[in-house]
Amino acid sequence: MDRKILKNYAINILVIIAIYILLKVLMGTGVISRYHQGIIIFIMINIILATSLNLATGFLGQLTLGHAGFMAVGAYVSAMTAVALKANFKGMPDLVMLIISLAVAAVASALVGIVIGVPALRLRGDYLAIITLGFGEVIRVVINNIKATGGAQGFTGIPKISTFDNVFWITVLVVLFLYRLTHSRQGRAILSIREDEIAAEAVGVKTTHFKVMGFAIAASIAGIGGGLYAHYIAFLDPNTFNFMRSVEILVIVVLGGMGSLTGSILAAIVLTIMPEALRSFANYRLLLYSFMLIIMMIFRPKGIFGTGEFSWQGFYDRYQMRKNALLKREQE
Amino acid sequence: MNSKRLALVMALVLMLSTLLSGCGAKAEEVTVIKLGVIGPLTGDYSMYGTSVEEGAKLAAKEINAAGGINGKQIEIIAYDSKGDKTEAVNAYNRLRDQDGIIGLIGGTFSGTTLSIKEIAKTDNMPVLTPTATNGEVTLDAANIFRACYTDPYQGATAAVFAAQELGAKKAAVLYNIEDPYSEGLAVAFNEKFSATGTVTNYEGYTKNDADFKAVLTKIAAEDPDVIFLPDYVAKVGVILSQIKELGLDIVAIGGDGWDGIEADYAEVAEGHYFANHYSKTDEYEVVQNFVKAYETEWSKSPSALAALAYDSTYIMAKAIEKAGSTEAAAIISELAKTDADGVTGHVTFDANGDPVKDISIIQIVNGGHKLAAKVSGN
Amino acid sequence: MILFLQQIINGLSVGSVYALIALGYTMVYGIIKLINFAHGEVMMAGAYFAFVVAISSRFPFPIVLFISMVMAAIVGIVIEKLAYKPLRNAPRISALITAIGVSLFLQNLTLVIFKADPKIMPVLIEKKPINIGSLQIGTVTLTTLILAIVFMVILDVFIKKTKPGKAMRAVSEDKDASVLMGINVNKTISITFAIGSALGALGGVLYGITYTQVYPTMGIMPGLKAFVAAVLGGIGLIPGAVLGGFVIGMIETISKAYISSQWSDAIVFGLLIVVLLFKPTGILGKNEKEKV
Repeated sequence: MDRKILKNYAINILVIIAIYILLKVLMGTGVISRYHQGIIIFIMINIILATSLNLATGFLGQLTLGHAGFMAVGAYVSAMTAVALKANFKGMPDLVMLIISLAVAAVASALVGIVIGVPALRLRGDYLAIITLGFGEVIRVVINNIKATGGAQGFTGIPKISTFDNVFWITVLVVLFLYRLTHSRQGRAILSIREDEIAAEAVGVKTTHFKVMGFAIAASIAGIGGGLYAHYIAFLDPNTFNFMRSVEILVIVVLGGMGSLTGSILAAIVLTIMPEALRSFANYRLLLYSFMLIIMMIFRPKGIFGTGEFSWQGFYDRYQMRKNALLKREQE
Repeated sequence: MNSKRLALVMALVLMLSTLLSGCGAKAEEVTVIKLGVIGPLTGDYSMYGTSVEEGAKLAAKEINAAGGINGKQIEIIAYDSKGDKTEAVNAYNRLRDQDGIIGLIGGTFSGTTLSIKEIAKTDNMPVLTPTATNGEVTLDAANIFRACYTDPYQGATAAVFAAQELGAKKAAVLYNIEDPYSEGLAVAFNEKFSATGTVTNYEGYTKNDADFKAVLTKIAAEDPDVIFLPDYVAKVGVILSQIKELGLDIVAIGGDGWDGIEADYAEVAEGHYFANHYSKTDEYEVVQNFVKAYETEWSKSPSALAALAYDSTYIMAKAIEKAGSTEAAAIISELAKTDADGVTGHVTFDANGDPVKDISIIQIVNGGHKLAAKVSGN
Repeated sequence: MILFLQQIINGLSVGSVYALIALGYTMVYGIIKLINFAHGEVMMAGAYFAFVVAISSRFPFPIVLFISMVMAAIVGIVIEKLAYKPLRNAPRISALITAIGVSLFLQNLTLVIFKADPKIMPVLIEKKPINIGSLQIGTVTLTTLILAIVFMVILDVFIKKTKPGKAMRAVSEDKDASVLMGINVNKTISITFAIGSALGALGGVLYGITYTQVYPTMGIMPGLKAFVAAVLGGIGLIPGAVLGGFVIGMIETISKAYISSQWSDAIVFGLLIVVLLFKPTGILGKNEKEKV
């Protein structure tokens, strides 16, 4: 790695640590009440969901309409794992329990992603959109019909082990992982599929392989998000994971910019706070969201942040670059 | 472009800071007793949440007019859950931290109530839910009570009614597998009815189903005496319409989800029965006064949910008054001792915090309600 | 046996509605290669138009139906002009997201205007069972079947014999070549949307009458299943949509009657996955390599 990238990482990690310390201090002094803390946890869960959907939709270019379904798989599997762990290993530390549960959830969601992805992604075209849409509906029927999930009555007695600290650092790790992935060799292969699938295939990228891989990773991370949700709310029922949930995640991704992780993060923050801050606006929220989807696609299909990433270093660099470019153009 | 991004970040920071500035624990003396209500005030199920809000506000208005609780006025603060668990948790946290409520009349649905159960338990918040019927809601939670009877109790009572009052030997059950309420009633009915008769069909459907002709044709082939349809009006109306269209001769029985069915489906519901919390046509004075007051206040006829919320608010107010303080532990212990007459019957709580009371069975006759029986549980 | 025949009739009546909606999907897909997610909502809009006309007037059923179909056709054209046309050359995913956006927009607009609770469709066709031997068919079921078949025949004649119909086939075959042949592509696309939407509205009105209600989310499930039907029959192929619709209706009814009423949705979508695995071009589809 060259020095500039290293420097970039160092700055970002410092900023993250600073945010963490700031939030902790504010919580300690009571400026951030538990009400706000709850919202912050939901923001972070939404960040995990949105960045993972961004991998499938933004980076890979495959529209997924059943992200809530993968979240559901993760939530239920994680909850069941934790309940089993709690029963069999008394005195297991919460953090260990959470990590094992989330790992199992991630694997399970990835497997489901592969089952869904293989038939749909082998084909060109938009089949994935409709299959995932159907999947999102059917997964609820499945959960309702399985006794172990508590069916429609819901799943109670889930260990409440998602704390602010856990969720914060897991979110950081997830985003870091996605950032590394999208900037790796595999990541470039994934991007090439989005840009031109036929050309990618022609230069030797195994398109189906990478599509299924990217999709499965997205599904597995959504599963982690679902697991964190399960361990925060401590109660699950199938209706939580309906189509509107998938749409909300999609809106975050589209607004933030398909192909921009930082865009997803900022959009997740704004769109989680907005409905809380404007409660009276609830009746028109989905109307506005859908309108935004249309308008964004027609006038600014790349989202507010485009495909670029925001970084403090990059921010400065780009500013300089643009300035130079402008100067150059003026000279010419 | 850069300036746009910067503007967005700034807007974000501003937004966060305005949110944060709204808080900070204020330890003032309690001058107004605040009670929270959580329910779906917008969205698909807004009619239920709105009923609860209106019932609670009507009770609060009456109590305040009569001098309040130990001289203090009650204020009802209602927040929208949209029927969503995340929203419900946020609403609850906000009611507690921002508004400083003393007790909660809610949530409206079982799902949202269960999602705030663990947090409310930790806080030891006095919770009296008017309408959450799921068995789990009050289990292992000394601070949580409810004003309505539970799903299993209601389903079992419907089975007893079918077997004893209607003399049914064979029954079919058709329920919504995606709805905990519907499933809870179906399971209990099935169990209870099987003790004395035969359940010929036990069929489920999903909430998106609209076509019941296939399954009804199948059920009709078994020729049951009654069909149990534990779901809400919108779905039951569709099923009853198709029963009529297929020309099936069968008596349908439902639960309190049928409340209000006569408004849109009087024709297809004619002659069928359902269990409810109270009957509008009950001549009991408390009931008639409530119906009149509600109609004056909100210019519409009260639903059973409104009646339950109205009763709940009175019960909660009484407990606070008797406790003589706004301290949670005192209120909870007074709630447990409740022994009151309300619109929805005489209420005492059992060890779980579930009410012990009668169920009214109502028949739709000439498009109106007729109190067919009052069945005592167990 | 009688019971089985009765179930077949139930299946045909469900299937005919799916077939009508599937036609709209397949026609639009055939001509602009877009899954029009909003089609289910056009169907819903059609049902609401009929509802509004029926409660505000005393028009008989045929006139109510006609007005609703015309209004839905206009909605279809407007959607295409405003939302899809600007994106005709954009990446596919943009058009898909727009389609989802339009679908949600129509749903939520209806929700804001009419509220979420289901509205009762006035009785436009008197409901009574008709006995044929020991078989019982409802008047609504019978009307649904007859209307669906009549309109399918009209559509077939329109596409095969008339000039705009031939233009539609030409554009879906090769858009650029048809421009060279002097066909007005924009006009042809508009006609396609209009016809597809009107047929969707017919499906919606019949659906609303059969199930006595109209509500904002009523288009989602029939829309999804009709899409499965279109894929099953071979997307882009008009006879395929009709065949697929009836097959899906039949499978759904048979699985409700003989397998499990609660798994029927899962069975229908399981079928979609199986079809995509083994014959992605559908029952009537031919294998075609995508051109670069």
